[in-house]
Amino acid sequence: MAAHRCSHLGCVLLLFLSIILVTPSQETNVGNEQHPGVADDPRAGAETKQTAEEPAADERRWEETEVKESQQQVSDTAELPPKLQAKEDFQEELVIRPLHSGDIYASFQFRTVWETDFMKGNKVSHYRLFPKSLGQVISKFSVRELHISFTQGYWRTMQWGQPFIPSPPGAELWVWFQDSVTDVDATWKELTNVLSGIFCASLNFIDSTNTLQPSASFKPLGIGNVTDHRFLRYATLPREIVCTENLTPWKKLLPCGSKAGLAVMLKSEKLFHSSFHSQSVHIRPVCQDWQCKSPSWELRQALNVVFDLHTSGQSKREWSLFKMFSRTLTEACPLASSSKIYIDITDNPQEEQFELSPATPLLSQAVVLGDRRTYSVYDLTQQVTFGTVRSLNLMIRWKSSEGDMLRPLLHAERYVAGYGLQTGEIHTLMYNNHPFRSFPVLLLESVPWYLRLYIHTLKVTSKGKDNNPSYIHYQPSKDRERPHLLEMLLQLPPHSVTEVTVQFERALLKWTEYTPDPNHGFYVGSSVISSLVPSTVAMDTNITMEQPLFSSFFPCKEESSYFVRVYTEPLLVNLPTPDFSMPYNVICLTCTVVAVGYGSLYNLLTRSFQIEEPNPGLAKRLANIIRRMRGVPPL
Amino acid sequence: MGLLSDPNRRQALINLLTRLNAPICFVCYFAGVAWFMGLAFEPFTLRTYMSENAMGSTMVEERFPAGERALATGREFAAHKKKVGGMPVDWLVKTMQARGLEVFTQSFSRTLPFPDENTERYVVKGTNVYGILRAPRAPRTEALVLSAPCTPGDNNNQAVGLLLGLAHYFRNQVYWAKDIIFLVNEHDLIGMQAWLEGYHHTNVTGMDWSPLQGRGGSIQAALSLELSSDVITSLDIVLEGLNGQLPNLDLANLFYAFCQKIGVLCTIQGKLQRNDWDSVSGYNHAVQTMMLMVMKQASGRPWGDHGLFLRYHIEAATIKGVNSFRHYKTDATTIGRLLEGMYRKLNNLLERLHQSYFFYLLPSLSHFVSIGYYMPAFGLLVVILLLRALDLWVQLTAQPSRTEDGTSAAEQSSPGVLSVLTPLVISHLTGAALYMLPVRFQEVAVEHFPVSETEAVVLTAIAVYTAGLALPHNTHRLLSGEGTETGWRVLKLVALLYLAVLLGCTALINFSLGFILALSLVPAAAFVTPHLPKALSAFFLVALSPACTLLFSVFFFQELQEMPVSFQDGWLLYLSVIAQGMLDHYLYGSLVFPLVALLVYPCWLLFWNILFWK
Repeated sequence: MAAHRCSHLGCVLLLFLSIILVTPSQETNVGNEQHPGVADDPRAGAETKQTAEEPAADERRWEETEVKESQQQVSDTAELPPKLQAKEDFQEELVIRPLHSGDIYASFQFRTVWETDFMKGNKVSHYRLFPKSLGQVISKFSVRELHISFTQGYWRTMQWGQPFIPSPPGAELWVWFQDSVTDVDATWKELTNVLSGIFCASLNFIDSTNTLQPSASFKPLGIGNVTDHRFLRYATLPREIVCTENLTPWKKLLPCGSKAGLAVMLKSEKLFHSSFHSQSVHIRPVCQDWQCKSPSWELRQALNVVFDLHTSGQSKREWSLFKMFSRTLTEACPLASSSKIYIDITDNPQEEQFELSPATPLLSQAVVLGDRRTYSVYDLTQQVTFGTVRSLNLMIRWKSSEGDMLRPLLHAERYVAGYGLQTGEIHTLMYNNHPFRSFPVLLLESVPWYLRLYIHTLKVTSKGKDNNPSYIHYQPSKDRERPHLLEMLLQLPPHSVTEVTVQFERALLKWTEYTPDPNHGFYVGSSVISSLVPSTVAMDTNITMEQPLFSSFFPCKEESSYFVRVYTEPLLVNLPTPDFSMPYNVICLTCTVVAVGYGSLYNLLTRSFQIEEPNPGLAKRLANIIRRMRGVPPL
Repeated sequence: MGLLSDPNRRQALINLLTRLNAPICFVCYFAGVAWFMGLAFEPFTLRTYMSENAMGSTMVEERFPAGERALATGREFAAHKKKVGGMPVDWLVKTMQARGLEVFTQSFSRTLPFPDENTERYVVKGTNVYGILRAPRAPRTEALVLSAPCTPGDNNNQAVGLLLGLAHYFRNQVYWAKDIIFLVNEHDLIGMQAWLEGYHHTNVTGMDWSPLQGRGGSIQAALSLELSSDVITSLDIVLEGLNGQLPNLDLANLFYAFCQKIGVLCTIQGKLQRNDWDSVSGYNHAVQTMMLMVMKQASGRPWGDHGLFLRYHIEAATIKGVNSFRHYKTDATTIGRLLEGMYRKLNNLLERLHQSYFFYLLPSLSHFVSIGYYMPAFGLLVVILLLRALDLWVQLTAQPSRTEDGTSAAEQSSPGVLSVLTPLVISHLTGAALYMLPVRFQEVAVEHFPVSETEAVVLTAIAVYTAGLALPHNTHRLLSGEGTETGWRVLKLVALLYLAVLLGCTALINFSLGFILALSLVPAAAFVTPHLPKALSAFFLVALSPACTLLFSVFFFQELQEMPVSFQDGWLLYLSVIAQGMLDHYLYGSLVFPLVALLVYPCWLLFWNILFWK
């Protein structure tokens, strides 16, 4: 039995290792258009030509490839001087995707790669592009990988599709430590406090009661083969509120700060006037070259924001960089080797949905999240991009106004069922909307200790039948020490809803353990669903229409599935709460009841009563007192 | 308590209590009633005040402009409703989507245990439509609900119109911190029950509903809107919910504060507030308002769609637009602004509404009676039962010592237990029959008698109830020997304590019900003995029984509403009220019917038993 379990575990590990190896390579496809992109691009361009069947499209493709080469030359020359020391490289880009609902999604990514090694005891003291504060953190705490995100709002998968970098509401931090760290918990505690200072967030509230060690859900995204989850720590703070004080230190980590480049658009009054805001920092070791002999460190800063069409209070449906960020672009960051803006025009090949101005001749195609997308590219390192007015103000004008619900292949929701303050039930629903393929998901649920899970009531059903998880990792909670951790590997049948339910009992806290606002409720962090989802490219069955027949018999392996992480909404649970508004009254009442009621009743019940002698008269008592003073026995 | 540890003084106290028992009881009864009536007198009550800081000091500005457009939407809704002949689901979905909401539907069906003749329902099938306004940058943990029932006929179209208008306006605002759910529920309470059960994934009443697709986290507060005319003269707030539960007083305060601010006439129980508290008519007015609240609360039924929210610890109220013949009219824009203001304040809440009172009576919207003030009235009534029990206890303990015969005393107590247990069991079985039989045997009754199902159920209930009165003679035969003097005393002692506990528990949950039951049952319980003239006291005892209390309450309620009815109509109303009470239990889980059938009625039967003790 144990061996069987082990083999399962092995399978899971293998599976997720493969996920991790697949994901970054795809992301680099999107991110840097250099080596892998070039190989991919001509084919993509050819496709555009076939569909557009106009000489204009031909011209586009031609220009694109040429620009690519020239840009590469530029970057090569830019990289020449620092070759003497460790090579550093900074790229910035902005992806804008008009969403189905009419909202607009802007995703900034800033990437610094530094060919240096913090480990092996060598002291790094000279910093150029890489922020020193983070470099010191990496070397001091022997961090191998660090992912931190601050999110305000909930990503609406049903309306917006998948984000490029998913994150749960509030703060999320997960760190892989080097295997040289001896006391992981102490290092983790210290690290959270340092990060709390760096990002001006209440990460110092991370302690053992909300720290997890997931066994399978979070695998290292960078190179390295240590997957022992003793070196992993994961924590979320669902209540963390993200605002400008977190944005400012985040911007300070950029080489150009907010002085030049894309970062000038990060104005807090606009970024926090949106439906969704998320900023994150990811540090991981990556390969220096294809031989991968020595690692270099990648720092990726991402900022995702969704602007709402309705609340902007405008009658015309149009967006521009100025409207979104109250700034236009005039230059790229001088330190950046590449600085680009991508606009997703996949749904808009003939400009029937929206109109984009100024138009760009550059097109790019990439497979993002299992879908082949087409992007218009604006290269900020080219002066041509800014035109005669020397400023770039991209504008999108909508023509149609259709906002329909999407059917994303995988989405999830979670809620608390039941009423009353004694028990409840947590329901986690996972939807597989794929018409004919089932796929596995890893579900990670973490529940604070004050909700006592009745794990025997755990039930997984899909399509009305029990769905047995092939792998379960459950770590029971300890009161005031650690939370419940439940990880399950589940197979979601095609076109189905899988429901995971577990009952819980609400604990009565000690009176000092309540928050200052106990009637607000207590938060339960998002559950995390990690999965390999069959890609829509592979799902496309009439692809044979556009491709040569010989190329399309077997589905392409690389694109057949892609990695998705979905976060459910956090829960707000009310616990039985005493009335704190009148502690004095309560104390008085309790004391009175105990003293008067209980005391005298106890007296009445336990004492035996006797009739005492009638009281002596006053004269006799006086006489007795005098006699006592005289030392004579009383009367 | 030193008083009691001294045997002499204890004896003296007990002697006093037993000697003056009857007068003290009379005084207590009248003091209780007088105290209760005094609660409506304004100088004895407290002014309402906003306890919740998040709602009190923050200022909001109301800007809702589109009342006319909302009414136009309402007319469009009415046209579609007429065309479809029910709830225009597709139109609602499309309209809500156009306003930028996430729209979901829920279908439900319910077969009533017996046909409801008031609303002509038996098999109910319907669909709820709701749209969620997602608050920007909020993690879907908290929500507010605004609902409007879709009623058949021409009613309530304006409410739906205003709801859609508010949805449109709210969607364009940036300040929301909680999701707002706009719900249009079909078949009013049944639809609401289905939606709430679906939202919280519970099934209390055995209804069929399809699971909900979208949620907004834990609901903090809810308002239900009823509006049937384009202009209104006043707004009425309804607070009484299922089982007499009330929302937090701050919700009523919030409504009152905004009515004052915007200048809308506001009423409670349909009664305006008057300033002449020192005149007799002013006092009468306050008493009427308070008594209406007491009667409504005692009925234990939800008096609006909000009533079902309270089970889930969601503060909720129904706001009704009233159009009467006053000069001063309020248009839809003003009502929209009022609702906007209330929602903005609720949106500001950091915690659930919990600061103010949950147990209160309202003689007017500006004054309230808290639990600390009204409980003594009830306490004075219940203390009578304890005094009588003490009296009996003293008599029972004194008797054996007076006879000075140990053996006979021991023998006397053994049939005592049996003589207590038998009537207890039998009367509770009667109660169980009263609870079970009417619905179970409706088909049999319909077959054999020329009545409809509803009549069959109600008449069966009355028949079982009356049959219970015939039981004492049968109970008596089951006893081993002749009923003794001690026997009935023990039985009465048990019955008195039973009633005291029962009423006490009821009053803690639903004060009004407890108080009304105490008003009628306490005199009956206190003075019943086998030695009274049978016919006269039997008449009085029946007149004070729960069923007759209900009959009087029906007439009294009509009187309070200034709609007196003839005896004939009153009787028909009485029958429909019984049917309604049973339906409330089966449909929404109201506890009044089982409480009366399973506990109060058997308890009363014990006293009936004592009267016919031989």
